[in-house]
Amino acid sequence: MHPAYSVIFFTTASGAGFGLLALLGVLGPLRLLPADRWFGLSALFLAFALAVGGLLSSTLHLKSPARARFAFSQWRSSWLSREGVASIATMAIAGVFAIGWVFFEATAGWWAAAGLLAALGALLTVFSTGKIYAVLKPIRQWHDPLVVPVYLLFALATGAVWLDAVVAVLAGGSVAVGLGTIIVVIGAWGTKVAYWKRIDQGRSPSTPESATGLGSLGQVRLLMAPHTEENYLQREMGYRVARKHTAKLRVVAGFFGLAVPVFLILAGWLLPTGAAAVCAVLAALFVSLGVVIERWLFFAEARHTVTLYYGDRVG
Amino acid sequence: MTSLPKRPSAKKLGLVIDLDTCVGCHACVVNCKEWNTGGYPAPLTDQNPYGKDVSGAWLNRVHTFEAGEGAEGRTIHFPKSCLHCEEPLCVTVCPTGASYKRDEDGIVLVDEDRCMGCGLCAWACPYGAREMDMGVGVMKKCTLCIDRIYNENLEEVDRVPACVSTCPASARHFGDLGDPNSAVSRLVAERGGYDLMPEQGYKPTNKYLPPRPRRDASTAGAKPEALDEASPEGGFLGWVDRLLSAV
Repeated sequence: MHPAYSVIFFTTASGAGFGLLALLGVLGPLRLLPADRWFGLSALFLAFALAVGGLLSSTLHLKSPARARFAFSQWRSSWLSREGVASIATMAIAGVFAIGWVFFEATAGWWAAAGLLAALGALLTVFSTGKIYAVLKPIRQWHDPLVVPVYLLFALATGAVWLDAVVAVLAGGSVAVGLGTIIVVIGAWGTKVAYWKRIDQGRSPSTPESATGLGSLGQVRLLMAPHTEENYLQREMGYRVARKHTAKLRVVAGFFGLAVPVFLILAGWLLPTGAAAVCAVLAALFVSLGVVIERWLFFAEARHTVTLYYGDRVG
Repeated sequence: MTSLPKRPSAKKLGLVIDLDTCVGCHACVVNCKEWNTGGYPAPLTDQNPYGKDVSGAWLNRVHTFEAGEGAEGRTIHFPKSCLHCEEPLCVTVCPTGASYKRDEDGIVLVDEDRCMGCGLCAWACPYGAREMDMGVGVMKKCTLCIDRIYNENLEEVDRVPACVSTCPASARHFGDLGDPNSAVSRLVAERGGYDLMPEQGYKPTNKYLPPRPRRDASTAGAKPEALDEASPEGGFLGWVDRLLSAV
């Protein structure tokens, strides 16, 4: 599948934004984060900026973006529509939660209820994002039970590193937040490794023989493509670039997304506050970079059954 | 609404494509493009049509495959357009309500005034039946020539999809596959018509008829008989032959 940069940026940024929002919505009411106005403003602003920025960038890959307003209408059947509805509803509830934290420095009582509801909405939004891909049967690598957990865990992991960065910059750092971050980042990459193992071992049920129904005559191979030039289907679904570098890119993603940030967070515990804050921000940037590579691979490694009609043996 | 009809429609309009008689002339491809760039989903645009890197949206394409090895190998021309599935994931994933499956005859269509061009339906189709029209910015697909088949301004004989009307080999048949007594259903039963990629679970309406077996497998690789020596006996050519042989 062709990796559209706008969609990669969207899922990475809004994943981090909604992950951060989910953590703030839970940890704020539990009094595990300072109920301080400036802390709330910075953390919630970052979460909103990432989520909204991601959602706006997702409209860049639309060919008729003016009609995006219709996309909230089909929540009965479409996970893309559900994602849109969930994201807007979550923003609205999170707005109420933000009013309490920023204007009244309050994260208890009704404000806490809003926070927990916003956290639930944020997770539902990311769940819907994962489902958009997971329901697509023609793409074996996406139609996999680990796709949704990976989306949720990476949203929480990227949200956690950004929370750790905000805590380090504004509140002098927290070993508990850092430790929690390391655990969820390891959990996310661990699940991703399990996912990679699954897609490496799996096989598509479809073949050129089943795609044409001509298997009884023998092995089927393409003699002539329908047109001399590449078409939309081949450009969109026949992406091959860098598939041969898959193994290396997985290591690179893990190095930037897991090894470097865990080292930085651990180093931060030994360093003075200022240097620790720099380490925490760098850790957040590195995890995000690792997730961008992971997301790019998620597209580049995915194969669509339509390529069976264009000469591929494996769907 | 992108929810599917509650019950599958009784009427299932679709195509039956005969892979035995298709000669791969691409006339159906061209007539499809011709009709649909002027008809209901108009225009059906191309990009850079007379330059390098020609590209464009087509609703029907003919692939050519080889199957089997050596003398037993066959060349099969393989037209492919929307199969108007009973379980069309392309419809249910659509967030805007642009994609829908008609209750009354099972035709899958795109409401172009609602399509935002996200491309998700093309990802959801295992067959590659949907193509983005880059000029208009919406997804295009086979409409089964909805503006021909119900068009009372046309002669009844012309109320078939453009691809069917133009096929010089009668390799394309149009009809109601929900009616077991229709001509197309009988054809499917007689010839062993089948579904493409049944394992994907989309239950396509369109059916494909397999190439017929060779009349006699033992003659498949036999050499033709040698021609006789040319030796005309009489008449003008005999006279020329004798004359030239004597010179």
